[in-house]
Amino acid sequence: MLRAALPLLGLPLAGAGATEKPTQEPGSPGEPPPGLALFRWQWHEVEAPYLVALWILVASLAKIVFHLSRKVTSLVPESCLLILLGLALGGIVLAVAKKAEYQLEPGTFFLFLLPPIVLDSGYFMPSRLFFDNLGAILTYAVVGTLWNAFTTGAALWGLQQAGLVAPRVQAGLLDFLLFGSLISAVDPVAVLAVFEEVHVNETLFIIVFGESLLNDAVTVVLYKVCNSFVEMGSANVRATDYLKGVASLFVVSLGGAAVGLVFAFLLALTTRFTKRVRIIEPLLVFLLAYAAYLTAEMASLSAILAVTMCGLGCKKYVEANISHKSRTAVKYTMKTLASCAETVIFMLLGISAVDSSKWAWDSGLVLGTLFFILFFRALGVVLQTWVLNQFRLVPLDKIDQVVMSYGGLRGAVAFALVILLDRTKVPAKDYFVATTIVVVFFTVIVQGLTIKPLVKWLKVKRSEHHKPTLNQELHEHTFDHILAAVEDVVGHHGYHYWRDRWEQFDKKYLSQLLMRRSAYRIRDQIWDVYYRLNIRDAISFVDQGGHVLSSTGLTLPSMPSRNSMAETSVTNLLRESGSGACLDLQVIDTVRSGRDREDAAMHHLLCGGLYKPRRRYKASCSRHFISEDAQERQDKEVFQQNMKRRLESFKSTKHNICFTKSKPRPRKAGHKKKDGVANTEATNGKPPRDLGFHDTAAVILTVESEEEEDSDSSETEKEDDEGIIFVARATSEVLQEGKASVLTAIKMVKLSSKELGTCLEISRTRI
Amino acid sequence: MGSRSSHAAKIPDVDSIRRETGFSQASLLRLYHRFRALDRTGKGYLSRLDLQQIEALAVNPLGDRIIDSFFPDGSLRLDFPGFVRVLAHFRPVDEEEDGNRDPKEPEPLNSRMNKLRFAFQLYDLDRDGKISRHEMLQVLRLMVGVQVTEEQLESIADRTVQEADEDGDGAVSFLEFTKSLEKMNIEQKMSIRILK
Repeated sequence: MLRAALPLLGLPLAGAGATEKPTQEPGSPGEPPPGLALFRWQWHEVEAPYLVALWILVASLAKIVFHLSRKVTSLVPESCLLILLGLALGGIVLAVAKKAEYQLEPGTFFLFLLPPIVLDSGYFMPSRLFFDNLGAILTYAVVGTLWNAFTTGAALWGLQQAGLVAPRVQAGLLDFLLFGSLISAVDPVAVLAVFEEVHVNETLFIIVFGESLLNDAVTVVLYKVCNSFVEMGSANVRATDYLKGVASLFVVSLGGAAVGLVFAFLLALTTRFTKRVRIIEPLLVFLLAYAAYLTAEMASLSAILAVTMCGLGCKKYVEANISHKSRTAVKYTMKTLASCAETVIFMLLGISAVDSSKWAWDSGLVLGTLFFILFFRALGVVLQTWVLNQFRLVPLDKIDQVVMSYGGLRGAVAFALVILLDRTKVPAKDYFVATTIVVVFFTVIVQGLTIKPLVKWLKVKRSEHHKPTLNQELHEHTFDHILAAVEDVVGHHGYHYWRDRWEQFDKKYLSQLLMRRSAYRIRDQIWDVYYRLNIRDAISFVDQGGHVLSSTGLTLPSMPSRNSMAETSVTNLLRESGSGACLDLQVIDTVRSGRDREDAAMHHLLCGGLYKPRRRYKASCSRHFISEDAQERQDKEVFQQNMKRRLESFKSTKHNICFTKSKPRPRKAGHKKKDGVANTEATNGKPPRDLGFHDTAAVILTVESEEEEDSDSSETEKEDDEGIIFVARATSEVLQEGKASVLTAIKMVKLSSKELGTCLEISRTRI
Repeated sequence: MGSRSSHAAKIPDVDSIRRETGFSQASLLRLYHRFRALDRTGKGYLSRLDLQQIEALAVNPLGDRIIDSFFPDGSLRLDFPGFVRVLAHFRPVDEEEDGNRDPKEPEPLNSRMNKLRFAFQLYDLDRDGKISRHEMLQVLRLMVGVQVTEEQLESIADRTVQEADEDGDGAVSFLEFTKSLEKMNIEQKMSIRILK
């Protein structure tokens, strides 16, 4: 494998030609045998890995140099700079070694460079957004790619018939179709690289990006079919072959997706058992995802689809199963690998362009291709959008269409595919190579450079990078609940209904199988994180000069202004709890201020604590997963609360009171409890985990006695005085209902102990 | 669809409802059938109990409040126009309609403002035009699971009100509420496609 890696890498220094230093010969005749050599040059032995490492090092150093100048990087996307750098390096190598040594080899590309990028995008794909727009994505990916391929191929053939393409380009209709199929696919690497820096709104991004991922199946099928037709010779193609071609489309795409899902299942299952061997968890994730890729590749299925599905499918369970540190490790490693691979790809693209022995120029072909891909893409997008808008809730307007057609970038995949062509079967290969190089360069450089100003000029809706305010978060949940309720009232069984059914299935069977038992319970993490953040807030308070002892209460930092931008406050947690697509390869680091930590704590709390609406849940990149058990528990709780309230409202005279408040429960510090058990719970930080049933019962008694005593106290209390329990007062009738009383008791116990884990222990024993 | 149009005639005041809410004939028909299906005893109107029978609403944290919003001003009966009027808030916003609208006419029920007003009313129970900290806390209690303590809830409520409150009166008025949500795509978040 290392030997194979050799030809790809470059030693972009003047010493390129001299890749091998002559080893010391053991001694020519006539000389005394050399003594013990103090120093030997072992270049041979380290050559291959050294070159690999050096290559990647050069790419990274180049990145550092680029980012030294903010002005340059804000104007020019990194991919452009890398390609230009590659060109320069290629030129140097050519000048020194007199031959082009290093190329983007398709084998390396498909086996080593592409998988990390695809894995990264699949894993961090915001699944909710993806599935919401799945119809549009599939349409563009399948119909769009087919349309592009056929029209471009046919148009080029027409161009040849019209004589604008020189006759030395020996290609028939099938050859042009083959070429059309490989040049028409939107490339995920290029799209990611360019759109990352542009920050268009999420819907637009997910559609273009989803399209670039899913069209892999179509591209693979078209390419293979056309390739085999070309090899068979156009005379031998029979009708059944066409049918087989169509069938293979389904086989390749569905097969690829199935492979991905199988590996996702395996991955989720294995991570369930890694509790004692935490250290291998990140490794498992990468290995199994890579295995999915290789398996699909081996079976000639769509490997990109496999990895995407693997990432999408396993994420929820894996995140629930693996430890916090492993999660971080996985995230960082994936981003690093993907970023590194992307850099190397673009640089190699630049270098490969220099080797003029591999390509031959024909102006007619090149210009024609450029024109046709742009034109047919735009036409295709317009037509498909017109159809799709009949079905979408939020139609895609003209500006979106412009961005979508302009954002159809071609990249390294096309190049790798064209290099793979067999020159004996496709005599026009060299011309195709040249055309592909020009097209790729054009799209990445010209379109990449101009898309930012275009987006600004057209005033495309940008993505909202600022952290969502607490208000927004809370109200979003409210709206979700409202919508779910209205749908129930209307009795509608649409997309959400099926989502709901899937989620029920997931709850009942899948999650139980694939998730660690401890992940079922609501994790203590919320409390842990809140606690840690509180400590950090305290530390930052002190850092800013405050005195903890003398402060009566930490005041909340001033509210974030609504227009604050992302620089200071883009944190992992907030990004994950926000709604933005987390596909940005560059954003890993966090710079947090005190206010942000406080916000982060709030967000964490809300994310973890808010009831999830039944049909919609904010999957996105959230780590805070509420398990199926919790959903049932949540349903029960809500049901109980609602029922109680209704009973109350029958008794109370005012219609509008939702629930009456119970007797205000005093804070831990100052109150004597009647029951010793409750007292110890209140004062202990950590009550024993296995609080038995009798303890629960004891607390119930306490509750009841306290309640009945003060049942005559006024209903509405000012909450500024004391802490108030958020549960309805347990009237005597309600107390007689077994469940309700226990529920109340549970809440009491929870409030008194403030230990989430304990609470759940108790709730598990009872519910 | 001959039989359908004859059904439409069964809906009382169908034209005025259409004008007021903007629903299409087909949607109105569907809603009418649903209304009749919910009205199990055939009274001709819906009571709170009828709506509470919908099981999914019972496990929705805001279920009760939403049911209440169908019965404004404490009334006990919900007739079809009232039913449709509330649901009209959730029609997707049609931008062309918006452009052609006569500015002198009252805003359509599914305008952004009206959607926000609907949501605001869910928070503001005492109808004083402001969401006090107390009301915010109540909503939080409804929506947050039991493992969050009341102190945490209180600080969240504090923070939420403080964020949105601009004039410092400790409560969120409708304008402040709107402002705090100006970045959110209300048209999408509060619309159901089937109700076009």
